[in-house]
Amino acid sequence: MSAIELPLAQPVKARPRRSAADRRMARLGLMFAAPSALLLLGFYIVPMIVLAVFSVTDYQLGALSTRFTGFDNFTKAFHDPVFLRALKNTVIYAAIVIPLGVCLALGIALLVYGRKKSRAFWEVAYFLPVTATLVAMATVWQFLLHPSLGPVNAAIKAMGYEPVSFLSNPTLLIPTMAMIGVWQVLGFNMVLFLAGLTAIPKDLYEAARLDGAKSAVDRFFIVTWPMLGPTTVFVVVTTSISAFKVFETVAVLTRGRFGSETLLFDLYLEGFEYSNTGYAAALTLLFLLIVLVLSIGQMWHMDRKVHY
Amino acid sequence: MVLLRKYLPHLVLALGAIPMLLPFYWMLLTSFRSPAEIFDVSLWPIPKNFDAVENYARAAGQVPMARFMLNGVIVCLGILIAQVLTAVPAAYALAKLRFPARKLMLSLVIAALCIPMQALALPLYVGLAKTDLLNTYFAMMSPFFLSVFAIFLFHQSFRSYPDEIIEAARIDGFSEMEICWGLVLRGSLPSLAAFAVFSLVAHWNDLYWPMIVVTDTNLAPPPLGMLFFSDVESGANYGALMAGATIITAPMVVCFLFARKHFIAGLTMTGVK
Repeated sequence: MSAIELPLAQPVKARPRRSAADRRMARLGLMFAAPSALLLLGFYIVPMIVLAVFSVTDYQLGALSTRFTGFDNFTKAFHDPVFLRALKNTVIYAAIVIPLGVCLALGIALLVYGRKKSRAFWEVAYFLPVTATLVAMATVWQFLLHPSLGPVNAAIKAMGYEPVSFLSNPTLLIPTMAMIGVWQVLGFNMVLFLAGLTAIPKDLYEAARLDGAKSAVDRFFIVTWPMLGPTTVFVVVTTSISAFKVFETVAVLTRGRFGSETLLFDLYLEGFEYSNTGYAAALTLLFLLIVLVLSIGQMWHMDRKVHY
Repeated sequence: MVLLRKYLPHLVLALGAIPMLLPFYWMLLTSFRSPAEIFDVSLWPIPKNFDAVENYARAAGQVPMARFMLNGVIVCLGILIAQVLTAVPAAYALAKLRFPARKLMLSLVIAALCIPMQALALPLYVGLAKTDLLNTYFAMMSPFFLSVFAIFLFHQSFRSYPDEIIEAARIDGFSEMEICWGLVLRGSLPSLAAFAVFSLVAHWNDLYWPMIVVTDTNLAPPPLGMLFFSDVESGANYGALMAGATIITAPMVVCFLFARKHFIAGLTMTGVK
């Protein structure tokens, strides 16, 4: 209809007509955004409020009465030996996974980047663990590291050493899981570094060479390392976030036995096995705090790509 | 010396690739071996007795392996379809339409990007328990119907679509739905492909949420099924266990080998796991 009226429109009437189009656009926009907005409300905003409310009560799923307990759950957490152990385990896990997962990935990326014909092959070889189902692969690792049936210990014995009980010696449990974590994350980080390397202009290397950076090591520190800065920050942040979310390997390898709980596994036990909903909510908020602190770096990284 | 210099990177990469690929090789090899050869730790690729049929039959017979796979397909596709259906119009509205609370919604989407699923699990679980919806496909899928990451990704991609074409299409009488799905989304097919890969891989491999809301073996997706299976086998029959692991891992690994570029793009452009 409006198409027919258009030629008749007077310049004076242009303004109300524009606002009619604006209103139509606003209506359409709201309609298009509504399903997502409702889901955002129902699956993010309301749950976050409920979580915060749970955390200051002694609520237990199925309990008849619930009391307001203030910050008791949070004080309890810092006196709970299991939670403190889970926190310590997770920090140790992250302290192994982050440096190894980042540095080894950078090394591999530098080597793979220089290959021409075989690059695709190496990419596949190192990326394969990223796509594989971790639960299934953790089961395979359990078998690989078996004290008497696994090839890893067979190799150790063949070299004349005592077999190592990777998965029953409490001090080795977390480092063993961390090695599996490194194995899983390497390919992912390698690809991020490869993308970063591709973005470095070639003439920078030429300029560095002319300026007297003769060896490849010199050129790495003068050009590659500073140019990779943003990529490295991003890789460190994503690796730390995923390290603090370690769950599958614990669920498969130990089920939290021998004091090998991690943050998320302890949270799972309190919230869903023991139904200590209120206490688990407080633990969830502490977990969220850690992840948010780590995410700030990532937010900053993404924010540079966002324009309102 | 020159030769060494030339082949040193290959040598280092090959040595590094051994631990990367050993689990896959060992998994496949053991799944072909007979239980009697389980003590054979040699890496020799040809088993003395070829027992693949027996192992795979056991994996499929001991637990409903076909059912796990079907559950995985249902859950992953259900989630992906819902995510695309909700995220594409929202991203289009945020990128190309002016409406009230647009900036607020964009800020909320970006804030929600920082909240991991595990932080929302507890209240969502209580809600599903109160409404008697635990142990359903709906419980497994519903928290993921909205992907703030998809909205963010499509918003970034739609923004670069030329406004002139949209204006022209409006004048030509295209409805806003047709413009959104037929024109703008078509310009962002690489983003759609990357997101689809990301979503399918993430939910095929997810253990945390299914472990919380599903206790019924018949509803378990592959990772949870694998956990049930290793409980049933309790480490006795590694041949069958590895056959099960192979079945569960195969779909994603095979897809990866065939669509390497899409997979790498999909899993890394996301960054947020």
